[in-house]
Amino acid sequence: MSETFVVDARGLSCPQPVIETRKALEKHSGGPVEVLVDTVTSRENVARYGESHGWKVAREDTEDGFKVSFTR
Amino acid sequence: MLRDLPLPSHERIITSWGSGEDAALWTIDSERAGILTVDFITPVSDDPLTWGQIAAANSLSDVFAMGGKPFVALNIVGFPTKTLELDVLKDVLRGGQEKVAEAGAFLLGGHSVDDREPKYGLVVYGEVRQDSLWKVTGARPGDLLLLTKPVGTGIVATAVKADMVEDEASRTEAARWMTTLNDLPRRLSPDECRMVHACTDVTGFGLAGHALDMLSEGGLKLTLGIGDIPLLPGVLGLASSGLIPAGTYSNRIAYQDRVKDPSKHDDILMDMVFDAQTSGGLLIALGREDAERLLPKIRSFGFDRTAVIGEFSEGDGTIEITDAL
Repeated sequence: MSETFVVDARGLSCPQPVIETRKALEKHSGGPVEVLVDTVTSRENVARYGESHGWKVAREDTEDGFKVSFTR
Repeated sequence: MLRDLPLPSHERIITSWGSGEDAALWTIDSERAGILTVDFITPVSDDPLTWGQIAAANSLSDVFAMGGKPFVALNIVGFPTKTLELDVLKDVLRGGQEKVAEAGAFLLGGHSVDDREPKYGLVVYGEVRQDSLWKVTGARPGDLLLLTKPVGTGIVATAVKADMVEDEASRTEAARWMTTLNDLPRRLSPDECRMVHACTDVTGFGLAGHALDMLSEGGLKLTLGIGDIPLLPGVLGLASSGLIPAGTYSNRIAYQDRVKDPSKHDDILMDMVFDAQTSGGLLIALGREDAERLLPKIRSFGFDRTAVIGEFSEGDGTIEITDAL
């Protein structure tokens, strides 16, 4: 399994986290990728982006927000 | 926000913020009421002329939603003179002026400040005949609810910002509808205007938020046919790609307790009920026969996506989602 690529999208407002997620998923198309966000809006939006593009998506609470993990 | 301030009271004042109205409404004489409203927005289009048109249509809509006709308007402008060419501002103002003129009103001046983020809108003064004043409440059991524009502008605007629009028609149709004036009071006859039991326009609180306003006097519920809601092209695909504005999520959180969905529709479809709109259509409550008579007429005025999306009945102030009416 290759190393996890992490995107820190905390502090960004929509749709910026989705744009960053798209870039990361296109570049690391084999995964795994993790995206850190700090709002429910961003968590749901980046998760939806992954789900609609064929990724397995897991959502997790973190100390200061959420982690969304993408695997193939 | 104004809740803690003393409520203004005067024999000529009909409504102010106390009843949740956006606009000031007062008696001019036994036949006429005056409407004064202000609204301004940040850019929702990359094209300055289009943005000016949208901001103006959005501001003028507050007068139309009360059954009124705009008469005079003033510009409100925030503009970054250090980073943007003044020609951009000229285009914004030209777009605004075009829409004010199309509304049969006159743009007479305004005020501008230097601002890092551009903002544009209008103060609008209009008048309405007291006997054809459209209020937000007043729908009756058995009334049908018409919506005059497709929804999804919040999602499309987010997709435009992200440069992730898949179908060019999403962008062009969103722009076309956001620039379309809600000018039904200028097009319907006085008799037809009096048929309307209640009306509001769909803006930031989305279809659900503004429809709930129509139920706020109590005693009514609304059955909403989710499959009947007219949608912008491509908007479901954009929603499933996660291009939902923060305002749409906050609408869902604010209103979901009062929006019952017994058959648990897909989240993506439910986003259409909550999507925050800019310059959205009118929600009009009409008796069934009047609705059936006016629907083809309203469509013939260019509101060709107008649809019956709901039915009022006696109830507890909630919306119930069904597949279709």
